Amino acid sequence: MTGRLRNFLVPLVAMLVFLLLWEALVWVNGWPNYKMASPSDLWPAYVRYWELFLVMGWQTLWRTIVGLFLAVVVGTAFGMVMGFSRTMREALYPLLVGFNAIPKATVVPIVALMFVGAHDFNTILIAFMISFFPIAVSVSIGLSTLEPEYRDILRSLGASQTTIFWKIALPKTLPEFFGALKVSVTLAFIGTNLMEIVSPHGRGLGALFDSGKTNSDYPLMFAVLIALALLGIVLYYIVVGLEKIFAGWAERTPG
Amino acid sequence: MTALIDIKGVRHAYATTAGPLPVLNGLEVSIEEGGFCAVVGPSGCGKSTLTRLIAGLMRPDEGEVWLHGEQVRGPRSTVGMAFQNPVLLEWRSILKNVMLPLEIVPNGLKGKAAVERARHLLSLVGLEGFEDKRPSELSGGMRQRASLCRALVHQPEVLVLDEPFGALDAFTREDLWQTMHDLKEKEPFTGVLITHDLREAIFLGDQVVVLSGRPARTQYVMNIARSAKASREDLYTAEASERLTILRHQIEIAQGRVPNEVAS
Repeated sequence: MTGRLRNFLVPLVAMLVFLLLWEALVWVNGWPNYKMASPSDLWPAYVRYWELFLVMGWQTLWRTIVGLFLAVVVGTAFGMVMGFSRTMREALYPLLVGFNAIPKATVVPIVALMFVGAHDFNTILIAFMISFFPIAVSVSIGLSTLEPEYRDILRSLGASQTTIFWKIALPKTLPEFFGALKVSVTLAFIGTNLMEIVSPHGRGLGALFDSGKTNSDYPLMFAVLIALALLGIVLYYIVVGLEKIFAGWAERTPG
Repeated sequence: MTALIDIKGVRHAYATTAGPLPVLNGLEVSIEEGGFCAVVGPSGCGKSTLTRLIAGLMRPDEGEVWLHGEQVRGPRSTVGMAFQNPVLLEWRSILKNVMLPLEIVPNGLKGKAAVERARHLLSLVGLEGFEDKRPSELSGGMRQRASLCRALVHQPEVLVLDEPFGALDAFTREDLWQTMHDLKEKEPFTGVLITHDLREAIFLGDQVVVLSGRPARTQYVMNIARSAKASREDLYTAEASERLTILRHQIEIAQGRVPNEVAS
């Protein structure tokens, strides 16, 4: 019980200390809120716009999750193809690396023009594009580095490739997969917001940030950033929870 | 009487970028039912290829592998394998690891019978009470014991062991040799053991096959009559050191260090 309380209290105290330091930094320097808003400026913004925060936050959240889900499906598929076939790995790797190297901020206007008005679709597309690469790479590495003995144990018993995949290759890849998913979940979040901020008449927290900018409502802009951070933390810990359930075996007790 | 495992005139070459690399060239091994054959030879001489041939994981370019009067053309569930790396599945308990083959082989035991069978084997190798542990919680020797149980759980006709004790410390290794004898008494099987350890070969094998350097052929066969229950003391008899001397000499011939005047 004390362990649980501790797990909850330590991060909470750290967060409070962070907010206090932030407040102090602004206060000591005497910065006006258009230079840097302090935590005490944020509260009125939340009180005033709480409905907007809920609606926009939900918009951002569901599009991020759908984009991430697509990234998992497509990334795993790519990873499987590259993990099982050397030819496909050699063929696809440079393409994927090149694709990943393109800054997604440059892709945003292209996508926005390509599918004008399809705001949900565009947002999900960018979230997906930015986050599928780590998953594809980790799954392919997980599968291609499977020691031959693991395969041989099952193959010598007459197991099919499908059985080998489900019984060994898939579970053995799960720790790598979740490692990548932790990276991808924050990336997908960035992708969603990129699109929301850039596209006109957008929705979501990105659009709320943009409207704060337009109206010179600086506390609102900072309030959006903090809301984004909170959502990011929530999503991240959901992934951690899933990892504990499905790949908890990979965790070793220290010492 | 026909042999349970019969390897006749096997030749095999691997395709490499530098052209075919012959690894086996005239391999002859014959093992009676219930026999235990230890295969020794210089490093990289194709010993592991031999295990893959028996398990049906690959087919030779030339020659035949027979198992129980049938030619081996592909994997068959009547083989159990264990390697130097115990390759236990980290996400399964020891018990579930041992039960894995039963989920794959046709007509494998199911449900309660499968659990009973796995528990029984684990108790034979001294792993009682460790059924629910994860592999990472066990020592190297214990993992290897569990791996042996997994290789035997579906009552295979043939147990193929590819240097299973190679990575263990000397004391643990000797313990496991004794375990092998105990297992053999209670769980009859025909065994092939690939090893680098000549003492292990004469302690466990009733037949020791020496392979020549690559490409490997059967260079020398030593038969060891076994009667009384094996004990560690057997390794320190005059007979044992005589056998070791002969095998050591054969290995030196296989390595090309001394001219082949004995083998010819």
